Amino acid sequence: MNIDDFKPMTVYTIYIASTPERVWEALTSAEFTRKYFFGNAVEVELKVGGAYIVRTPDGALHISGEVIECVPPRRLTVTFNVNWPGLIEKLGPTLVSYEIEPAGDAVRLTMTESHDRPLSDDILSGGRQGWPAILSSLKSLLETGAPLVIKMGPPQRMLAALKELGIATP
Amino acid sequence: MPKPEFVYVTYIETTPEKLWQALTSSEFSKRYWFNTELQSDFKVGSPFALVTNGTPTDDGEILEADPPRRLSYTFRHVLNDDMRNERPTKVVFNIEPHGKLVKLTLTHEGFAEGSTLLDGISKGWPAILSSLKSLLETGTALAIPIAALDIEGME
Repeated sequence: MNIDDFKPMTVYTIYIASTPERVWEALTSAEFTRKYFFGNAVEVELKVGGAYIVRTPDGALHISGEVIECVPPRRLTVTFNVNWPGLIEKLGPTLVSYEIEPAGDAVRLTMTESHDRPLSDDILSGGRQGWPAILSSLKSLLETGAPLVIKMGPPQRMLAALKELGIATP
Repeated sequence: MPKPEFVYVTYIETTPEKLWQALTSSEFSKRYWFNTELQSDFKVGSPFALVTNGTPTDDGEILEADPPRRLSYTFRHVLNDDMRNERPTKVVFNIEPHGKLVKLTLTHEGFAEGSTLLDGISKGWPAILSSLKSLLETGTALAIPIAALDIEGME
C-alpha cells in the first residue's frame, strides 16, 4: 500500500476550545471515544505499524486498521477498514488522517478520509453523514464535559450502493 | 467533476430559534464571526452586508427567510479585487430539529471554476460555525485569530 496513491475525498475541519494533547487523547482513548463515537471504542497501539481497531458497543470488531503515521499530539493516520465481507476487495482500503494544529487559543482538528480509487458520492455518503456528528459531539464533550446525544439511522444511501455492488451489509 | 461548492454540517445543543437569532443578529455575530456585523433586515429582496471593524467585506441580497428554518442570501466578497470580480455566489442555512439538538447545514454554492473565494470560504466557515457552536453551547465564542486560517490575501 502506497500512501501517495490516496486522494482526499471527504474533509471535515472543526475548531475546539481545548489543547492538542486533550484532542489527541480524545481521538485515541477507548474511554473517550465511547462517549462521542456512537458508543464505539477505539483501541490503538500508538506506533507506526501498530493495530487500530474500533469495537461496537457490544464489543464486536467493526473497523480494523493499522497506524501509518503517529506524531503525538499533531498527526495520526490510520487505515480504517470496515469489516464487511467483500468491502475492501471492491472498494479498496480507507485511510483516515487527523491533523491537530493550534489556532490562537483553540485547536483546529482536520479529518481527511482518503481512498486509492474513485468512489461514488453514494458510497462516500456514509462517512459524510457520520463524521460531522462524531466530531460535533467530540467538540461538545471537550468544551462542556458532555457529548451530544445524536440519534442517527443507518446510512441508507451508502448501504443501498454497497448492496448494488454485491457487498453484504449487516 | 464534482460541482464547486462547500457543504458543512454541525450539530448544536440549542433551539432553532436561538440559532436563527445567532445567524441574523450583529450582537451575536460580532462575538463568533471575527467581530463582523450583519447588516440586513433579513426580508426577501433586502440588501445584506458583512461589515468587519467598520469595513464592508461581503455583500448580497436576501433570497429566502423562513425563520427558524431556512435562510439564504447571495454572497460576493468585495475587499479583494480577484474575489470581487467573481460572480455572486449563494449561501443557504438549513436549520432542522434533530432529537433534542439542532442540525445546521450550510451550503455555499455557485462558484466559478478555479474560484479564489471558494478556497477562502472553505477555510472561513468551519472557524465561524465552530465558534457559533461554542457560543451557543458554552456562552463563550472561540478566540481564533483570522491569520490562523491561512487564507490567501487575508493575513
